[in-house]
Amino acid sequence: MTRFSEFLTNTGDRIGDRVHPIGVALGRKPIKIPLIVLGVLLVFALPILNPPFISTPDSDFPNVLFTVTIYAIVAVGLNIVTGYAGLLDLGYVGFYATGAYVVGLLTAYHFAWPFLLVLPIAMAVTLVTGVLLGAPTLRVRGDYLAIVTLGFGEIIRITIRNTEWLGGTGGIKAIPAPQSVGAPDGLFAIPHLAWEGLTPLVNLNRETKFLVFGVLDATPYFWLALVALIVVIFVERLVKTSRVGRMWEATREDEDAAEIMGVPTFKFKLLAFASGAFIGGLAGALFAAKAGYINPISFPANLSMLFVAAVVIGGSGNRWGAIIGAVIVAYLPERFRELEDFRLWFFGIALVLIVSFRPQGLFPNYSARRAKRSARQAAKEAHAEVPVV
Amino acid sequence: MSDTTLTADAADTATAPLLDVDHLTIKFGGVVALDDVTFDIKPGEILGLIGPNGAGKTTAFNVITGVYQATSGTITFDGTVLRKKKRYQITKLGIARTFQNIRLFPSMTALDNVLVGADAHSKVGILRAIFRTPYFRRTERESKEEARRLLKFVGVDGRADEFSTNLSYGDQRRLEIARALATKPKLICLDEPAAGFNPAEKQKLMQLIRDIRDAGNTVLLVEHDMKLVMGVCDRVVVLEFGKKIAEGTPAEIQNDPAVIAAYLGVEEEDVDDAS
Amino acid sequence: MDFSFLFDNFVELTVTGLVLGSVYALIALGYTLVYGVLQLINFAHADVFMWGTFVVAWLFILLGANSTGTLLTALPFLLLALVVAASTSGGLAMLVERVAYRRLVRKRALSYIILISAIGASFVLSETMGIRDRIVGAISGLLNGIAGLFGGSVDLTRLFADYLNNPRGPTRLPFEIQPTTLFMIGDFRVRDTDVTVIVAALIMMIGLDFFIRRTRLGREIRAVAQDPEAAALMGANSTSVVSKTFLIGGIMAGVAAVLFMIKTGQTSFDIGVVLGIKAFTAAVLGGIGNLRGALLGGLLLGIAENYGSALFGTQWKDVVAFVLLVLILLVRPNGLLGQSLGRARA
Repeated sequence: MTRFSEFLTNTGDRIGDRVHPIGVALGRKPIKIPLIVLGVLLVFALPILNPPFISTPDSDFPNVLFTVTIYAIVAVGLNIVTGYAGLLDLGYVGFYATGAYVVGLLTAYHFAWPFLLVLPIAMAVTLVTGVLLGAPTLRVRGDYLAIVTLGFGEIIRITIRNTEWLGGTGGIKAIPAPQSVGAPDGLFAIPHLAWEGLTPLVNLNRETKFLVFGVLDATPYFWLALVALIVVIFVERLVKTSRVGRMWEATREDEDAAEIMGVPTFKFKLLAFASGAFIGGLAGALFAAKAGYINPISFPANLSMLFVAAVVIGGSGNRWGAIIGAVIVAYLPERFRELEDFRLWFFGIALVLIVSFRPQGLFPNYSARRAKRSARQAAKEAHAEVPVV
Repeated sequence: MSDTTLTADAADTATAPLLDVDHLTIKFGGVVALDDVTFDIKPGEILGLIGPNGAGKTTAFNVITGVYQATSGTITFDGTVLRKKKRYQITKLGIARTFQNIRLFPSMTALDNVLVGADAHSKVGILRAIFRTPYFRRTERESKEEARRLLKFVGVDGRADEFSTNLSYGDQRRLEIARALATKPKLICLDEPAAGFNPAEKQKLMQLIRDIRDAGNTVLLVEHDMKLVMGVCDRVVVLEFGKKIAEGTPAEIQNDPAVIAAYLGVEEEDVDDAS
Repeated sequence: MDFSFLFDNFVELTVTGLVLGSVYALIALGYTLVYGVLQLINFAHADVFMWGTFVVAWLFILLGANSTGTLLTALPFLLLALVVAASTSGGLAMLVERVAYRRLVRKRALSYIILISAIGASFVLSETMGIRDRIVGAISGLLNGIAGLFGGSVDLTRLFADYLNNPRGPTRLPFEIQPTTLFMIGDFRVRDTDVTVIVAALIMMIGLDFFIRRTRLGREIRAVAQDPEAAALMGANSTSVVSKTFLIGGIMAGVAAVLFMIKTGQTSFDIGVVLGIKAFTAAVLGGIGNLRGALLGGLLLGIAENYGSALFGTQWKDVVAFVLLVLILLVRPNGLLGQSLGRARA
């Protein structure tokens, strides 16, 4: 079985080695930036383009795209907690629910405030929740921490369910959409494409009105979520490449040594936890705005596990790995609807296999990969230097 | 150029000690690891802490650097009593250390490892990082310059962007020293820095330790290699079974009958060699 | 807070609490044994219990025991079910150890990494039950295809229909046990089912305690729990000892499964999650790694849940366990009786 694991790792590494020079070439600034812009535009255009193999025949494609984006936001947030700081959080759904419920309560249940005003409030409240939960919990050892967070997630859910003031079992209905621009027909309409085989046709029955947040078309919500995701990635990257990111990494690699080198490890663990909460609240808030109706059943403990599965399978410690994990977890079951019942079953198996054979995930921590690659190259050079006798 | 005898004299004319260990006792359950140990370290000196295995050197080391709490007695550093301080606070006060079994951050580059140390005094938090304030940019630049300077100082500058696990053993040990120095300590504690070195590397290390002292630091050294200890330390404290049995210059220690008795089994020629 | 309800029904709440608590205690034993020996939280343990409950129901279906009767009339079936459930759960527990944990423990993986594997295993166990109709359907399709080559056909879903229906809903024990009253405490009727559960749990607990203290395997388990390296030097084969520890935990879960079915008469593929957390809470409450702690913790939790739901309403019942769990782990992680089987928590 070790051979199998080594085989998997080695193959992955060898593929990576071949691809690396291409990556380096593409990474040069003049090529990189237009490529990125192009890529981003392509993603925005996905619901319109409705490409053949990627589109989901049995589910509303823009809807799926929205869900994938929300999961990606969650994955980036959870990756900070679990991947960067090394804290297993099994109650992340609690933050997600908090964000959603603040939106529900303030835009529909108790008040009728506009979404764009409530969004930062939701994130702030979730942040505070994260700090309150983290302060007592983060002193506790790794697996106990995980169980405590699981407990907290459930306490949040059950409390919401049992408290009428928070919506109770009935949940919160009629959550309004974000403010539209140029309602009701939008500034202009963008027709989607439909495909016959490989021929695109313009489908005038399916149009997205820019920028109208309605009930039928998920596309504007997808775009809003995508903008949020891009901002989150951008900011997270700024943080990761700073002292904060280094201290997180040091804490995860060797907490005691880090502390002895002057890293206030507890503060930084709490910071990671709170950042994760902040982002989780954002995802939940967006979810509520689109869903229009939330109730406690939407936030079970299983969802936390699914979030963790996304980060672990995709590659923890690597924001892109986490995003890919989110795509796997949220997109594949929709694309292959026949297998949706098997979703949790498959992910359970994937978790066990990945943790045992490729614990760094499919797309591991970038620097760990680079470390191994430079080690392999150094070994090759050492070999080359030895004269063949 | 340092003339060791001159420096030793200067230290003797009692400037206040930098580190004052006063009647330090540590008990773990029933075991007394350190028993009423008192010594001090004067600023600018290189103090060696030696003793046979189990003498309590590592324990003393760990208390000074905040890993263990003393059962009784006090440790005063630069005027501050070290009591119930968190480890990173002790680092901020100015005590740094290396580890006997090298604890670098494996997946971080050599430069990043040192940067973590350099970050110790920085006030950069998440907001400054996001908004890339002038303070942030300045401290990042300064830290990186300082880190590169330290890498050069210990002789690892060619491998700055390599991952610390990929460095040779000797480079890793030196990197650890650079990382400790990056925290801008007043006292740097080296825990068996020569373990696994060959004689040539030990010579280089001795010079490095002297350079560290000449740059303005004070050094506490725990080491098994007598030659190295006697060759580089200004003074030596000897522990045995948790008690201090001798203290003095290398020459005095070598001729101290209690010390020789403690090291019974050490060859005569090794003790002579170290002078 | 409704104190009057609590006082009026004090006896009933306490006795039913003890009954439920006994079940928790037996499941908690599995957690505490495994944690004591390996310092890992066997998240999949409750799903092993869940499988035990289904095996009990299926056995009754298989034997056509679908009438109503007293505990006594059901007894032969129950005893058979005891053997079958204990074996199934024991075997499953060993399988989980082999597949999900052994490699990671050997590699000395971090505790939370192993926990992720445990979660995966838990999902596989619970979902396999929850989509059993689909899985059997898939296997049936495959076999049917093969059989078709020889001109035959296979339809497992029809063959096993009774066991596959309503996979994501409740599965009832077809035999309805009518409890008979044994004696009264005040107004409250103490039933034979209640007494059976409590007594059976106590017997298992005493037996296990005796086993751990007096038998060779028990000594080996304690040795591996305290110092695996030294134990290896003394000749204890850790791998085999660990495997047997899981087996014992699984057997306890199997017994708990039978008692659970006697008391509640129905089960479902997803009872593992909540019951697992509660049993784990019980284990931690008593002191993880401590066998007697598991008993104490289980009983206390059962009673606390009942009092809690009396005071605050049944909708808060589950919260009692979660709040206790969080409090214990934060405030007194060594539990009430502290650890005894193995090392102290790192």
